[in-house]
Amino acid sequence: MAYDKFDVLTSTAYPLPTENVDTDQIIPARFLKATERKDFDINFFRDWRYNADGTPKAEFPLNKEIYAGSKILVGGRNFGSGSSREHAAWSVYDFGLRCVISSEFADIFKNNCLNVGVLPVQVSAEFADTLFAAIMADAKSEIKVDLPNQTVTLVATGESESFVINMYKKNNMLNGFDDIDYLKNIEDEINDFAETRPF
Amino acid sequence: MANTLFDKVWDSHVVRKVKDGPDVFFIDRHFIHEVTSPVAFLGLENRGNSVVYPSRTFATADHNTPTINQHLPVSDPLSSNQLDALEKNAAKHGISHWGLGDVNNGIVHVVGPENGITLPGATIVCGDSHTSTHGAFGAIAFGIGTSEVEMVLSTQCIMQPKPKKMRINVTGKLGLGVTAKDVALYIIAKQTTSGATGYFVEYAGDVFEDMSMEGRMTVCNLSIEMGARGGMIAPDKKTYDYLKGRSQTPKGEDWEKAMKYWETLYTEEGAEFDVEFNYKASDIEPMITYGTNPGMGMGVTNSIPTAESIEGGVDTYRKSLGYMSFNEGDSMIGKEIDFVFLGSCTNGRIEDFRGFCSIVNGRQKAANVTAWLVPGSHKVVDQIKAEGLDKIITDAGFVLREPGCSACLAMNDDKIPAGKLSVSTSNRNFEGRQGPGSRTLLASPLVAAASAIKGVVTDPRTLLE
Repeated sequence: MAYDKFDVLTSTAYPLPTENVDTDQIIPARFLKATERKDFDINFFRDWRYNADGTPKAEFPLNKEIYAGSKILVGGRNFGSGSSREHAAWSVYDFGLRCVISSEFADIFKNNCLNVGVLPVQVSAEFADTLFAAIMADAKSEIKVDLPNQTVTLVATGESESFVINMYKKNNMLNGFDDIDYLKNIEDEINDFAETRPF
Repeated sequence: MANTLFDKVWDSHVVRKVKDGPDVFFIDRHFIHEVTSPVAFLGLENRGNSVVYPSRTFATADHNTPTINQHLPVSDPLSSNQLDALEKNAAKHGISHWGLGDVNNGIVHVVGPENGITLPGATIVCGDSHTSTHGAFGAIAFGIGTSEVEMVLSTQCIMQPKPKKMRINVTGKLGLGVTAKDVALYIIAKQTTSGATGYFVEYAGDVFEDMSMEGRMTVCNLSIEMGARGGMIAPDKKTYDYLKGRSQTPKGEDWEKAMKYWETLYTEEGAEFDVEFNYKASDIEPMITYGTNPGMGMGVTNSIPTAESIEGGVDTYRKSLGYMSFNEGDSMIGKEIDFVFLGSCTNGRIEDFRGFCSIVNGRQKAANVTAWLVPGSHKVVDQIKAEGLDKIITDAGFVLREPGCSACLAMNDDKIPAGKLSVSTSNRNFEGRQGPGSRTLLASPLVAAASAIKGVVTDPRTLLE
């Protein structure tokens, strides 16, 4: 499914400093029963956002009005661990987020994000702490994520760090391209390779 | 240059290397199930693509299937809808499908190996993170997202950066009551839940050489729980003996040819890893987790560590213990439990049921415990019956259910109620994993059996002597 191109994003951010946020929290298994991709924002962080009776948990950052409309989430270390469910990345995107910043991402979640148009930005633990401190002190603090230059900047102070992304994925994100188009384009080469496989 | 097992298998599947990008990586075997495949088929059809190699994809229903009365229609309309979608998509695209009730049906990571679909030197993916299980056969196997499921269906390739290499050596002899599950939980506790992120693991040393194929599958299955993409073990005589004659393994001349290739699949002397760890079998005791990720594990006789003594953030650690209603310094032994779950792609194989039965044989289930015993496949059920384990199970007051993922992720009706404490042989103790508000202690089938008999967390060694 196509996603909007990503270039430079400047936005306030939701802070979620808890470490080891697993994809079962991002979207619990009982909400994986759809056969099409839509409305996964509804159950994004379901059990952390809502009480069992369906009322919102006021203290949870994603429910706080002061952060509403942010397009960036700053998460704790080892964000997105556990299950490979791409529904977790879909729910991030459907909630209106285009970028997750963390000092460490679980591999499968990171891949899934890149495949659905959410930019995972890995920063140092120190810079993550700087961002948390800033947005928790002032919810209006903006973060600028510049994909062409591969930098992430705390706008108010100018503190900045560069991040790593390979050229191929960067080009995909900048243009809204995806892997399937690339692979279909080298179909003959893949078919020739398949002939050589023993089983 | 000396080569690793991982390099040999990975490099032989690279169709092309993208400059400053991932490898175009060829997939030999692709498993699909009802939960992570429907949107991939939708994408495939929206783009007007077809399934290029239907014989390389295998469908089985497992994640949301009921574990009682499988002969009746599935009552949950959403689950039923996903099961129908899997069946229809498989039929439409010429993919083999083992639906509910099929003799070959069961958990994807149980039925793959037992039907000989899993082979040494193969690349195997599935939209499920525990695909790492198949690494027990010397395959490179890992979980993928739904976009990648669509890639495999429409091109038989995914685009994947090559992970770094880690080797974990465990040497010596395992003590009484210490199983493959304990070895894995011990390693994960040492590595933490993210210590192997970015790596692919090779398990080596005599502990794994001595281990059964079932045990190796349990270990490789749990690789993802320390963040590793997958784990693998070099194939040996045990691997070949397990595979020979299974329905989908190569036969006759093809088997001989395959064997010649498989015998080249080992890490050569002097081959280099990015990082290597050595552990001693004698340091490992029956394990149990006490928190909300699989890295929060310890020997069953130990006390819960203090926040200051562990790596990582104190707030996250205290939040985790708070969810579990445990305190720093608590002993796990003697904690009253409510549920026991034996099953899952981690511990739903015949050896796990044999282990469980070795403890419950001649004893009675504690009255306060609700136990769900869920075999990984129909073939496991048949084997349980052939060995007479079903009688031991029934006589001890337990009930054998029908195969599926069940309470491992609680997508069906097998949900642990909020607040209840479960000793589970599955793979994840995340918040709410076994049902909203449920609390999970991960352990081996032996710890689960001992705890089911006593009604409290119990060291299985006290019942084995």
